[in-house]
Order: sequence, then C-alpha cells, then structure tokens
Amino acid sequence: MNFGFNEEQELLRSTARKFFENECGSDTVRRLMETPEGISPDLWTKLAEQGWLGLVYPEAYDGMGLGLVDLVVLMEEMGRAVVPGPYFSAVLLGGLAIVEAGSEAQKKEWLPKIAAGDRRVALAWMEPSAQLGPAGVTLTAVEKGGQYTLSGTKLFVHDAHTADALVVAARTRPGAGADGVSLFLLPKGTKGLEVTLLPTMDQTRKLCEVALSDVTIGPDALLGAAGAGWAPLARVLDRATVALCAEMCGGAQKVLDMTVEYAKIRQAFGRPIGSYQGVKHRAADMLVDVENSKSITYYAAWALDEGVAEAPLAVSMAKAYVSDAYRRVAAAGIQLHGGIGFTWEHDLHLYFKRAKGSEFTFGDATHHRERVAQLVNL
Amino acid sequence: MDFTLTPEQESFRGEVRAWLSKQMRQEWVARLSKGSDIPRPEAYELLRRWQGQLHEAGFVGLTWPKEAGGRGLTFMEEMILQQEMALSKAPPVLNILAIGMAGPTIVAYGTDEQKRRYPPKMLSCEEIWCQGYSEPNAGSDLASLQTRAVKDGDHYVVNGQKVWTSLAHIADYMMLLARTDPSAPKHKGITYFLLDMKSPGVTVKPLKQMTGDAEFNEVYFDNVRVHESQILGGLDNGWAVGLTTLMYERLALGFGLQVRLRIALDGLVDMARATKKNGVPVTQDPVMRQKLAQMWIDTEVFKYTGARAITKLLKGELPGPEASAGKMMWVDGHQRVQELAMEIQGAFSQLTHGSAWAVADGLWQHTFLRSRANSIEGGTTEIQRNIIGERVLGLPKG
Repeated sequence: MNFGFNEEQELLRSTARKFFENECGSDTVRRLMETPEGISPDLWTKLAEQGWLGLVYPEAYDGMGLGLVDLVVLMEEMGRAVVPGPYFSAVLLGGLAIVEAGSEAQKKEWLPKIAAGDRRVALAWMEPSAQLGPAGVTLTAVEKGGQYTLSGTKLFVHDAHTADALVVAARTRPGAGADGVSLFLLPKGTKGLEVTLLPTMDQTRKLCEVALSDVTIGPDALLGAAGAGWAPLARVLDRATVALCAEMCGGAQKVLDMTVEYAKIRQAFGRPIGSYQGVKHRAADMLVDVENSKSITYYAAWALDEGVAEAPLAVSMAKAYVSDAYRRVAAAGIQLHGGIGFTWEHDLHLYFKRAKGSEFTFGDATHHRERVAQLVNL
Repeated sequence: MDFTLTPEQESFRGEVRAWLSKQMRQEWVARLSKGSDIPRPEAYELLRRWQGQLHEAGFVGLTWPKEAGGRGLTFMEEMILQQEMALSKAPPVLNILAIGMAGPTIVAYGTDEQKRRYPPKMLSCEEIWCQGYSEPNAGSDLASLQTRAVKDGDHYVVNGQKVWTSLAHIADYMMLLARTDPSAPKHKGITYFLLDMKSPGVTVKPLKQMTGDAEFNEVYFDNVRVHESQILGGLDNGWAVGLTTLMYERLALGFGLQVRLRIALDGLVDMARATKKNGVPVTQDPVMRQKLAQMWIDTEVFKYTGARAITKLLKGELPGPEASAGKMMWVDGHQRVQELAMEIQGAFSQLTHGSAWAVADGLWQHTFLRSRANSIEGGTTEIQRNIIGERVLGLPKG
C-alpha cells in the first residue's frame, strides 16, 4: 500500500503551484472574474501549452493519458489559486462527456481541439427543478422523420456563454428513470438555442440559463446511442465531482495557510492572536477538516482510476465530507482574521464564495449522505 | 498511489483470517453484535487467555524486532491484523500498554538485560503493565509531577501518588515517572523507572468511575524501594523517555481506534435496523439516515487519514504530532456514535443492565457513559488541539 503521490505527481504539483502564482495571482483572478468570460485567451493558451487541458484525455486524442489521481494534484493547485474560467466546464464536463459517450469520429473531431485550447464544450444537464439524478432530466427531444426537436430549459450550466458547443441531456422517451435520457451535441448558434449569463455569488464561476425552443437537429447530433445517455453522464459526474473535491481541498488548504500566517503576526493584547487557545484550537480543527478532506478525495480518485466496485460510494463520501469541511474552513478563516477578513480587499471572500458554490455543485452534503445511505444499504 | 496488497501481505491476511475463524470465541461475537463493546472488568481473565492464544499464534508484537520476541514485520501487517480482528469482532489485546508503549520504549532505551527480561512476558501476557504518569496535580501539565525518588545506596526510595492508572489493580509492572532532582527545571530531573507493582509500599485503590466500574486506580507509594538497575534511559532523562512512550501510545491507539470505531458503528447500524419508530425502522427515517450516513463517512475518512499516516511510517518517517489529529477524530467519532445510540433508543436509553426492557442488556448505556472519558484520557482534546496548533501549524505558545 502506498497512499502518497509519486515523483511525477509531486513535480506536477510544484510546477502548477509556480505557474498559477505567476500567471494567475489574486490581481488576475479579480480582473478576470469581473469580465463576462472569466478567462483570458492568453491564460487559456498557456494552460493548453502545459498540456493541462488534455491531461486526462487518451493520448490518441492528443491528451496526456493521465488519471484522476494526477488530475487531483492539478485541481488542488487550481483551487489554491481560485483559478477562474472554464477549465472545469470545458475539460471535465463537456470534454469528458465526449470521452465517455462520443463516437470515434466525435472524439477525433473535438478532443484534440479542446486539448489544444481551440474549442470549448459545456455540459447542460440540470434544470430549474435542480433535481439531481435522471428524474431531473425532463427537457424533451421528440423524434420525427429522423430529426429531433428539443424544447425546455437547462439551468446552472457552467460557461455555456463562451462554449463553442453544448452537450445537452434530454429525454427521447418519457419517464423518470435513466432509460430514455439521451445526450446531444449542439454547436453554438444553433437556431432556437438561447444562452443567458446569470449573476453568481462566486464571480469566478460563470453559470448560465440555456433555453431551447424547438431546436431541430439531425441524428448525427446524438452523443452515443439514443436513450442510453445517463450511464456515461453519471460517469462524467462522478469524475467531475472528485475533481471538484480536489479543487475544494486546495482552496481549504490555502485558507488554512493564510489564517495560520495571520495568526502568527497579528497582535492583540500584546501577543500574537495564534497564541490564544480560542484561535489555536479553531485552527487545529481547520487542519483536521483539511487533512480528512484530502484523504477521502485521494481515495475516491484512486478508486475511480482503478474501477473498484465501491468507487461511487467513495465519490459520495468525498463530496459529502468536503462540502461541509470547506464551508467550515472558509468561515473559520474569515472569523479568525476578524474585520479584515470581511473586506473586499482581502482574498478570503473569494474562497468563501467558491466554497459555497462548490457545496451545491453536483449535489450537496445532504444529497450525498443519502446516496451513501443507499449504497451501503442502510 | 496504490491500495492493493502485495502477495505476501495477501497471504498474511489469509493466515490471520484462517486462524481467527478457528479460534474466535463465539460468546464474544454474540455480545459484541448486540452492543459496541464489553465492560472490561468482567473480562480480564478471558482477555488474558485470549492474548496468550494470539501470542502463541505469533500475532502479538508484529512490528517488534525479532530479538525482542516480535516478528519484525511492518505497520502494514499490523494494520491488516487489526482490520481482520475488527471484521471478526475479535476481543482486544489486554496488555496493550505493554505492547503499545512500554515494550517499544524498552526496545529503544533499555539495557541489554532490560531488553532480555521484559518484552517476552509482555507479549505472552504473563506480566501486565500499567502507566504511572498522571498525578492529582499533574494531568495535562505532566511535567509538574511531584512523586519523589530519593537515592539511598544502590536503590531509590519512592514516595507519592499516581492517579487514573488503568489496569494497576491487575498489573505486574508500572512505567513510573518520578522526580529525582527537585532543584532542576521541571522538565529536567525526572527519571523513568520500571517498577515491580508487588514491591512493599505500593498500594492500589480502585477509583470508581461514573460508569460504576473501577477501571482506573489510585496508586500510592510509601517508601517503595526500586533498584537503580530499574532505571530506563538514564537518570534524570525521564521526560525524553516518557515522551517516546506517549508517541508510541498515539501510534498504537491509532491502529486500534479505527477498528474500534468500526465495530461500534456496525453495532449501531444493526441496532438502528432493528429499532422501529413510528412503525418503521430507524434507518428509514430521513433525519436518522443522514446522521448514520455521516457516521459511516467519518469512520471511513478516519481510515484513509490513518492510511496516509501509515504510508509515511512505511517510508521510514517517525510518528509525528499529526497523530494528535487521529486521536481527536476518534474521540469525536466515538462520542457521536454513543450519543446516536442513545438517540436511537429514545426513551429506552434510560433503562440499563438488569431490566428486561433495556436494549442489549444495557451494554450501550455502559459504553455511552464510558465514552465521556475518551476526550480526557490519553491527552485531553484541548491538549491535542494545542499540540496540533503549536507543533503542526507552528502557532506560538500561549
């Protein structure tokens, strides 16, 4: 047994940390989050040059062919720097949907371009009901004469406004189960497709509403077989959930680091505040939250890479734990900083808001605890 | 990153599993499956025999060097053993203070004679050990201890008192910290003795706890004579030796604790399945499902945080202050399991041993009460947070 990272992974970590310190410092994050895109072409190109946009894609499609455990390292560093932009949506949602569900031709067409930074694909799966699971997919795709007509609304779609194409989950057969969910790949500008950017509490994450009114497309827009889209979508979501957990771990670690540094230098009543047990003990609790978050996230990543039977359970354990932990750590960070922690000027609110948004992305702790309960047959 | 076992480790697992399936005592399994643990006092003789059996089979002191009677294996085998014992609900090792603490400290600091004399009988459970650290005025602030040892020829004469001494009433030896140089600063001038509990002048008084049991004791020393050959690690060097013991304590606890938490949780889930409220099993109640699932998650998280610590040990790093986090997690987890057990039982949680209405003959009531000590014994949660704050995070001392 070896529950640690290898030399290549440690190298990836130090490379990524330096890269984001240089290319995506807090000033850059703040500048980009104020723009509708949330990313600059320059930074996106540099991410592509590092090979990180294709990190987990097979080498046959110009990817690096690495696993989730490797991705975890990169995501931790991205979370540490609260990197804004569509990495998550393009690489891990839209791109992975093509990896999991796409035909050989679709993979060849899209994945090398995503890896090179030339194209971005978003994933539209949730709806205004905010219901997770296959029952939440109610947008209809009616087949007639070989053509599909899609109507309905998708919500909480990451970066649809800057994507070159959208993967849309729709129902080709009525019902509430997994059967009958299909995935379609719609290029930007398809007639009847309307994308609206929504104001978000976490400005580094861009969410959209996507309205489809009688969008008519041919069967070549299908990603995978008709009616069989839920299984690949669930695989994408499990992977993206673990990547998100890793990003949250990186953010939580950074909040702890900032808080400890501050507690060492900030004086009150003639002593550093970190010497008071009221501060020290809360910092100790933060450490426990951070370390535990990493442990379960690393395990879930390994379990998915190895395809072990309990991988979905590990994913839900991770998301349940990390959702609560990051929220607690980010809140404690603000509290221990006092007034300065509540200012716009200090970076803590970037992490606090990222923690809150991430908590409800791919299901919150309550949702995943129930999934754990089901998977262990409580 | 790799969680798979080597063929040798798989084979070791098979060896343990096969042995346990033949030797496990069914009366234990039956009782453990009803409650989460068994009150220790009623089980000492049974536990003594059990450790003897484990020892004969070569399953005690796996990580000890062969010269000390161990098997010279790694922490990986130790973890496998603990896991298998948990899965089969095997009884714990009685002489845990010797196996987890006194033994490794003697191996690290002992004279050849001490290393030859003591470890074998620790393993076989022929000699049980207790730990003479805490005093009425030296608990968390251990270095304030006042028990004196004054030189008299080639002996030391010990006077003073220890408290919260687990197993002292059945122990043959004690790891004794006593002050040999009262003029030195408080961390200096302490010496670590290996004390024969049958020495004249040693009085053990059971200390009745809030559970009604007497697991702990007060130990009084009235002109107890200890030969200087019983000093471990040198005169006035007891603080360093004692800290080594504490380091091993958290390590030993770390391996055992996840297993104990798992056993407790399994018992809790079984009870929740069997308990109906408003006509449906507790496990179908949405609020209780959330709580049970969170316990399940926390127990697994604890396991993987432990696995990361073991990975460091396997790479040759010494156990560090991070072990304090493991102790805190266990305490929090176990106390919540016990609270949840009471919540599941509801009104029945008021009834205890002796009532036909009591759930599992009141075993949970006992473990619930006992769990309050978890956040005090082995270093309070407050002290663990200080250790994490100061030695892991580098925050200034108060």
